[in-house]
Amino acid sequence: MSTQPSLLDEVPGELMMWVLIVSELLVFGAGLAVFLSVRLTDPTMFAESQDYLHRTGAALNTIVLVTSGFLAARALHWRETADRFKARVALIAAAALGAVFLVIKGMEYADKAAQGIGPETNAFFTFYYLLTGFHAAHVVAGIVILMLVAWKDEPRNIETGAQFWHMVDLVWVLLFPVVYLLG
Amino acid sequence: MKYKSQKIALVYFAVAMGLFAIQVLGGLLAGWIYVSPNFVSELLPFNIVRMLHTNSLIVWLLLGFFGAAYFLIPEESEREIHSEKLAYLQLAILVLGTLGVVVTYVFNLFEGHWLLGKEGREFIEQPKWVKAGIVVAALIFLYNVSMTVLQGKKTAITNILLLGLWGLALLFLFAFYNPHNLALDKMYWWYIVHLWVEGTWELVMASILAYLMLKLTGVDREVVEKWLYVIVAAALFSGILGTGHHYYYIGTPGYWQWIGSIFSSLEVVPFFAMMAFAFVMVWKGRRDHPNKAALLWSLGCGTLAFFGAGVWGFLHTLHGVNYYTHGTQITAAHGHLAFYGAYVCLNLAIISYALPVLRNRDPYNQVLNMVSFWMMTSGMVFMTFVLTFAGTVQTHMQRVLGEYFMDVQDSVAIFYWMRFGAGAVVVLGAILFIYAMAVPRKEIIEAGSAETPAE
Repeated sequence: MSTQPSLLDEVPGELMMWVLIVSELLVFGAGLAVFLSVRLTDPTMFAESQDYLHRTGAALNTIVLVTSGFLAARALHWRETADRFKARVALIAAAALGAVFLVIKGMEYADKAAQGIGPETNAFFTFYYLLTGFHAAHVVAGIVILMLVAWKDEPRNIETGAQFWHMVDLVWVLLFPVVYLLG
Repeated sequence: MKYKSQKIALVYFAVAMGLFAIQVLGGLLAGWIYVSPNFVSELLPFNIVRMLHTNSLIVWLLLGFFGAAYFLIPEESEREIHSEKLAYLQLAILVLGTLGVVVTYVFNLFEGHWLLGKEGREFIEQPKWVKAGIVVAALIFLYNVSMTVLQGKKTAITNILLLGLWGLALLFLFAFYNPHNLALDKMYWWYIVHLWVEGTWELVMASILAYLMLKLTGVDREVVEKWLYVIVAAALFSGILGTGHHYYYIGTPGYWQWIGSIFSSLEVVPFFAMMAFAFVMVWKGRRDHPNKAALLWSLGCGTLAFFGAGVWGFLHTLHGVNYYTHGTQITAAHGHLAFYGAYVCLNLAIISYALPVLRNRDPYNQVLNMVSFWMMTSGMVFMTFVLTFAGTVQTHMQRVLGEYFMDVQDSVAIFYWMRFGAGAVVVLGAILFIYAMAVPRKEIIEAGSAETPAE
């Protein structure tokens, strides 16, 4: 009916993926905002609890995830320049780095569990488990998606998969300083 | 009417309208008991009246959904319904179950019997034999419509509609699981209650609205489908984990307070999107459809659902607020406007659209129908306001000051009187609607000379 193309048609990538990404950012954004607000009510407890976290492991995980995101971005480029094999290897490598992230994260969870720390320990750890747990669940989903687009490797699919993976990256880059570092 | 099996919808709508009348009359009776608590207390205790009011609401809304599916699926799939006989058998089972429920509730038969007695779980009180009947009827329905869609053309509207209907039928299976632990019982109970109205029913609502917009405004299917997918994604994203807003302080772990608060706050989004969708389609569309009543109900549905489900829901969804407001009249205010806006208006919209088509009466102006919209809507909105005031006063007196429940009830009595008045207007509007639908009348109004000619 309308003659002008809608603004939405000009957005790169899959529209539905953008809807998902915006929704995810709203949820994680709200989670971080609430985390910071509750922190104001008991800064000492939050600071003491934060000292239990593995900052080095989390920093390492940041490097792992950003590298993985870089590989996913390159994969699209290589696929578009008809280097199909290289694109697939990059996607599988990106997924493998996602698995490395989960292993490092899992080691931290296991260590916390060994110390008797859980989501009910205090407000800090409730948020720690909610935020990083939700994020880790997205990493799992991302690995599946990356493997799927490595298999069905039309450029459009790779673009959509990379879109999701960059969102997972971005969320971690926001979580890491706020949850682990902010003193 | 293009396909003769669409006629099935007529019978479903007729039964739905009968139950609609019973539902609002039950509501009126319950409203009267609020102001005069001993009224028929021996004959029909309040809890039984409330059960009839809520159960008949759910059943007629479901019958409306089934009717809507039988009406729109043949047109969308471009073929007749797989089996008309099965559709009528399904209705017969549902009617038998409904009668069984009413008789069992009213006369309190078979108290405590595992198969025949009522089960005492709010909204899913039905005796087990009725629940089994509902499952059989749902299976027949799903088989019937799925076969039709699978053999015919598949559209986004029928895909989403089927997804919603399959989901709601599968979730009903949790009605058979009743753990002894009360906290666990409630956890699973919400899988039905919440994931129906804030999950699968929203899919049904979005797809029926999309169908109506397609027919009434003439906007391209492609545009309608894009909106439909976005709405459905937003509904599922927020609604599934939004279940957490029922898990506050009932024995579930504390993290549900945050999951529930954050995700259920986002449940406003799909309702806002549905309202925006309806209005944008009407603005973009160039078709001047003669069925103004169906359009009015559709726009009313989007708007009132946004306020009733979205705004009034958000009002008490944050756990810090709900700590005080839980189970007060705030909940009743939200429940009434949400159900009216989202699902009653939706059903009345599709019925308003379908009936003239089914009875070969279009083009059709339906002035009485539009009057009934404004009566029911103003009554319901007024009721929502007075219950919200009652709930605010109640929350403060009972939950903040700690006064005794019955003393507080006495001091909010004025609001219950106003609620009864509002309810009476809703009942009159409902009767007018049924009259306008059921009694054939010629009320075609010619377009005035000032209006632009039809394209």
